[in-house]
Amino acid sequence: MIELHNLSKRYGSGGRSDAVLALDGVSLTVPSGCLYGLLGPNGAGKTTALRILCTLLAPDAGQVRVAGVDALDDPRGARRLLGYVAQEVAIDKILSGRELLALQGDLHHLPRQERNARIEELIGLLEMEAWIDRRCGTYSGGMRRRLDLATGLLHRPRVLVLDEPTVGLDIESRATIWRVLQQLRDQGTTVLLSSHYLEEVDALADRLAILEAGRVIAEGTPADLKGALGGDRVTLRIREFSDEQEAVRVRSLLQACQGVRQVVINRAQGYSLNLVVDGDAVIERLRHQLADADLPVFALAQSRASLDDVYLQATGRTLQDAELAVAGQRDAKAERKQAMR
Amino acid sequence: MTSATPALSPLPETSVSSSALAEISQETLALTRRLFVQLIRRPSTLVAGVLQPLIWLVLFGALFAKAPAGLLPGGGSYGRFLGAGVIVFTAFSAALNAGLPVMFDREFGFLNRLLVAPLRSRSSIVLASVLYITSLSLVQSLAIVGTAGVLGYGWPGATGLALVVITLLLLVFAVTALSLGLAFLLPGHIELIAVIFVANLPLLFASTALAPISFMPTWLGWLAALNPLTFAIEPIRSAYAGDLVLSRIATDVVLEAPYGSLTTANCLAILTALAVGLFLLIRPLLDRKLS
Repeated sequence: MIELHNLSKRYGSGGRSDAVLALDGVSLTVPSGCLYGLLGPNGAGKTTALRILCTLLAPDAGQVRVAGVDALDDPRGARRLLGYVAQEVAIDKILSGRELLALQGDLHHLPRQERNARIEELIGLLEMEAWIDRRCGTYSGGMRRRLDLATGLLHRPRVLVLDEPTVGLDIESRATIWRVLQQLRDQGTTVLLSSHYLEEVDALADRLAILEAGRVIAEGTPADLKGALGGDRVTLRIREFSDEQEAVRVRSLLQACQGVRQVVINRAQGYSLNLVVDGDAVIERLRHQLADADLPVFALAQSRASLDDVYLQATGRTLQDAELAVAGQRDAKAERKQAMR
Repeated sequence: MTSATPALSPLPETSVSSSALAEISQETLALTRRLFVQLIRRPSTLVAGVLQPLIWLVLFGALFAKAPAGLLPGGGSYGRFLGAGVIVFTAFSAALNAGLPVMFDREFGFLNRLLVAPLRSRSSIVLASVLYITSLSLVQSLAIVGTAGVLGYGWPGATGLALVVITLLLLVFAVTALSLGLAFLLPGHIELIAVIFVANLPLLFASTALAPISFMPTWLGWLAALNPLTFAIEPIRSAYAGDLVLSRIATDVVLEAPYGSLTTANCLAILTALAVGLFLLIRPLLDRKLS
């Protein structure tokens, strides 16, 4: 349904030092009726890819097809098929939500009656009855995002594209949006969403791609990606708050143990140890080893591989670390300029 | 739910083949309506736009109330002379702000919302601004025409009023084109407001709104005689001067410029050329920014 082929996009002029290569040969195929997640830290190129897909931005190279329509040749044809829910919610504060929906309906040339009926449907679906006739300027973040989702759905698009749809939302709004996205998928809409929440993509997406520095570094179903890693994850805590010295000592002890593939010290969690091991038998062996060395065990938790582990495996760092690394680098002014016409 | 289709399922491929004209008018009307809803809910622009020229009319008109009779060409009172200038200034100021809503839409990303919609023609965005600002500036100017009449500064008569409206329309189109061009050219609303601020009063002073060319030093007289505001002011002033005779708009001189004498028809032709020229000038810019 969506095909991105070898997309490249550079911001700023090529020779200058502040030029940023936002996309570096991104190829993606989203099957029809799929809920597809685009996962990656801030600055990985998710928004750029989605903006290109929605015809807001021209790529330097590459092809974009939506339901067989070449979006670069026939952007208007692509726009009719697409609903786009942008990250920065641009809303007219003076209009009421209903008026904004009506405006959007007219921009999609819906006949008046159909438009109004459709607006009623969406108000019910997204539970907006209580506040839809108030001015948009008074809305909370969650209300705005729900309204924005409604504007994206107004013309019954075959493809819905959402850029970080639940960032900073209250739990109730997030649950509403998740529910609607799942219903959409069940009723045949192709949904592509970007997110830097691992749990969100894990819980929602049928397939996902991990984007890192403008490249796709992993692609598949969440189960396949996690399954391909193999091994069990174990979190071990010697005591509630350990220290580095002890953690290093225990690590060298465990690394010697047969069937232990990897031991990582997690500073953020009171120097707990994250292990990758081969099966349950190894865990029993670990317990004995620790008892022999006279070490207490405050907690020992076993889990399957998560998408975080997939990300860690592919990039050598956790998604949280990647977020922290780019947190100070973003230039709000430059980003506003990129988005402005 | 009255619809047979489930609320969320996409529509089967249908060829929605309404006519281009119907689609363009639907999107243009919707965009124009939005601007008017904003105006009605936040009427300060409208109020200020009428109030400011009104203050000009009353205060400036009173400033020269005791000027010797016969000082001005034509011999009327200063208030009567000033009326035409303030009417044109009102329309001009309103049109100069045409770019502001567009600039805010650019800055806040609302324009992107419009651009992802399958608009039949993106000219609808520009067209809506022109429709909105034209009606707004006409309403404001006509309010001034009415007030000037009540204050005893004269009334142009029915034919004269038609000429006033046509002249203002031409000026408003030209200035709107300029302002919309700036709205896409400048980086933000701060810069746009600065340009508007700087352009506004000098253009008023360097025109025949407040004094005739004969009062001015040569250099200022030249400036005034080249100022587009003057080409709008003088036909309107002539309409106020007496009953307008249509057959004479191409022969009666309304402006004695240093470079020659102009009739109402000449002035209107210049304004038309200016409006058309400016729209042609900004077109490539709009095409680039909206494509």
